Amino acid sequence: MSKILSARKLFKTYRLGAARIEVLKGVDLAVEAGQFVAVVGASGSGKSTLLHLLGALDRPDSGQVFFEGRPVEGFSAARLNRFRNRSVGFVFQFYHLLDELTVLENTLVPAMAATGVVGWLRSRGAQTARARALLGRLGLGDRLRHKPYQLSGGERQRVAIARALMNAPPLLLADEPTGNLDSETGRGILEALEALNRDGQTIVMVTHDERIAGRAHRVVRLVDGVIAAT
Amino acid sequence: MLAWILPRRYLLRRRIALLAMVSVGLCVFIVVVVMTVMNGLVENFREKNHRFAGDCVIGTDSLVGFAYYEDLLERLAAAPVVEAVSPVVRGYGLLSRPGSQQNYGTEIMGVDPVRHSRATGFGATLHYHRDHPAEVFVPAYAPDQPGCVIGIDRMWWTRERDGTYQHADQPPPMELTISTFPLTAKGALARADLDAVLTESFYYSDDSHSGLVKVDGNVIYLPLERAQRLFGMAGTTGEAPRISAIHLRFKRGVGLREGTRAVQRLWEAFTADYRDRPLAHLFDTVRVEDWITNRRGTIAPMQKEQTMLILLFLMLGVITVFIIFVVFTMIIGHKSRDIGILKGVGVSSLGVARVFLVFALLVGLIGAGVGAAVGCLFITRINAFEGWLYARFHWELWNRQVYAIGRIPDQIEWPVIGLIAAAAVAACLIGALVPTLQAARRRPVEILQVAQV
Repeated sequence: MSKILSARKLFKTYRLGAARIEVLKGVDLAVEAGQFVAVVGASGSGKSTLLHLLGALDRPDSGQVFFEGRPVEGFSAARLNRFRNRSVGFVFQFYHLLDELTVLENTLVPAMAATGVVGWLRSRGAQTARARALLGRLGLGDRLRHKPYQLSGGERQRVAIARALMNAPPLLLADEPTGNLDSETGRGILEALEALNRDGQTIVMVTHDERIAGRAHRVVRLVDGVIAAT
Repeated sequence: MLAWILPRRYLLRRRIALLAMVSVGLCVFIVVVVMTVMNGLVENFREKNHRFAGDCVIGTDSLVGFAYYEDLLERLAAAPVVEAVSPVVRGYGLLSRPGSQQNYGTEIMGVDPVRHSRATGFGATLHYHRDHPAEVFVPAYAPDQPGCVIGIDRMWWTRERDGTYQHADQPPPMELTISTFPLTAKGALARADLDAVLTESFYYSDDSHSGLVKVDGNVIYLPLERAQRLFGMAGTTGEAPRISAIHLRFKRGVGLREGTRAVQRLWEAFTADYRDRPLAHLFDTVRVEDWITNRRGTIAPMQKEQTMLILLFLMLGVITVFIIFVVFTMIIGHKSRDIGILKGVGVSSLGVARVFLVFALLVGLIGAGVGAAVGCLFITRINAFEGWLYARFHWELWNRQVYAIGRIPDQIEWPVIGLIAAAAVAACLIGALVPTLQAARRRPVEILQVAQV
């Protein structure tokens, strides 16, 4: 298997008033294509920070993230936007859907962001068909016109997964995707992620739940900002 | 594409967006109404002054006037730019009614009514002789007596609430006595050896309603030759006859500047030809002015008021910008999570900025459009509305018995409306710019982490 994502000596510090909090203290990580990796650790161990750095939502103080062998740090602003749009898909604990858009439109957001008005008008049919197919696969075929507030937590998270997969990114990053759901609904989300992984989707998932982490191919333990075991 | 879908949805979903549109609409409405009325008043006032003065005036403020005008009138009448000329005598006197102890200081204008009506709008200001000014100084009830035209606000009868004046079918018999102090060309009293005051009787033959308060309230028009005699300008003492001014109308298509320059050249040639004549020194105080310059003392205060009003409304524009700034700061504050989501899926900073700027544009366009439309609708019905207010509450914007205003100006000037609407849209964009740029610059992780907390 080829290495899709790697991190070398990642350091990240936050300021909290006068105090400096060292969140990551030299993290090394490599993820193979097609893997389902779970990053576990206690609250405040730096799991989410690591995920943000891997998905280029944030920059490390030092160290580097490589995507398909290329350093993300060297990307221009436009290339970085393209990377976030096409190469990674993010699933957040709190879904982060746009309240004003329907389920179908929320799913189409990355596709709309990828193109201008003319390009969108040309590709709209194909993109809408793909969004419908994704939502159908995730069990939301009859919820296309609903707004986020009309959905349950599990349904919202499924919409967030559909949105993350809209542009068929090679890498899916999930930050506590079941953290805000009851165990039954969380299990459903996990099954959906497993199904995607079986179809070849690379997934890096952050969780503090050992049982959920146990469903992954590989578990990475983060303790006090460093990887304790993998 | 998101820059078209999201702003529309924000517009429909956010109540604060509705408030922003209402505030923009209200500002536009107020500015449209006040500017239209004020512009109308100023334009109307300018037009009345233009009608009063003609296109150009050769004149002096001296009470002595200037001489040798007959030749000048001929030269002007032959000039290719000039359509009509009217010699005018101006002076001051005392007006009284026989048997009354009261008298009033008044301005007297001596005119040839036909020539003056050709050169200015005098004929249109008359009531009984509107279309035939030749007979204006012939009182219908005493054709053999000298007539006079009185400024309508100098009359002793009252004005109606709607700004109109009561008139009988025929001018009522009324004798007026006018007393003046005739002057020589040197400015001395011409009748120093006799009774210094010259008094003559005139009979009311018509009234003039120019719409200019100072004119309608002060001026009495007399036949030119009689006015010359009253002011010692008739040339009866061996001096050349004199006048105070010549009012001119230019031919159609002749520009004001071009025509005035041509008249100025004619005047210079005329004064050069007459420089050795005994009364040539009287030319020194004579000015050639277009009507705007000639009437600037009257027009300037009103234009100054208009400028002040524009400045006040510029402040209203600044307030609009501030309102939009506050509204957008609040909206963007509420929508910061959306910004994080958009940046998280790869929308550029410019793309995020575009979403909120299109939103501001829609707020501006709808607010300004509605405000301008309601403003125009209100303007076209403003007189009916005022009439209704008076009928119901006895309230009116201006007391027509006091002010020389008839109808409230209700002419819509589309360029002004367009300018106001465009300024409102620009104000929205400016107001939204700072919070939008601040939002666009934020890193997605700071927003999403905060939203998560």
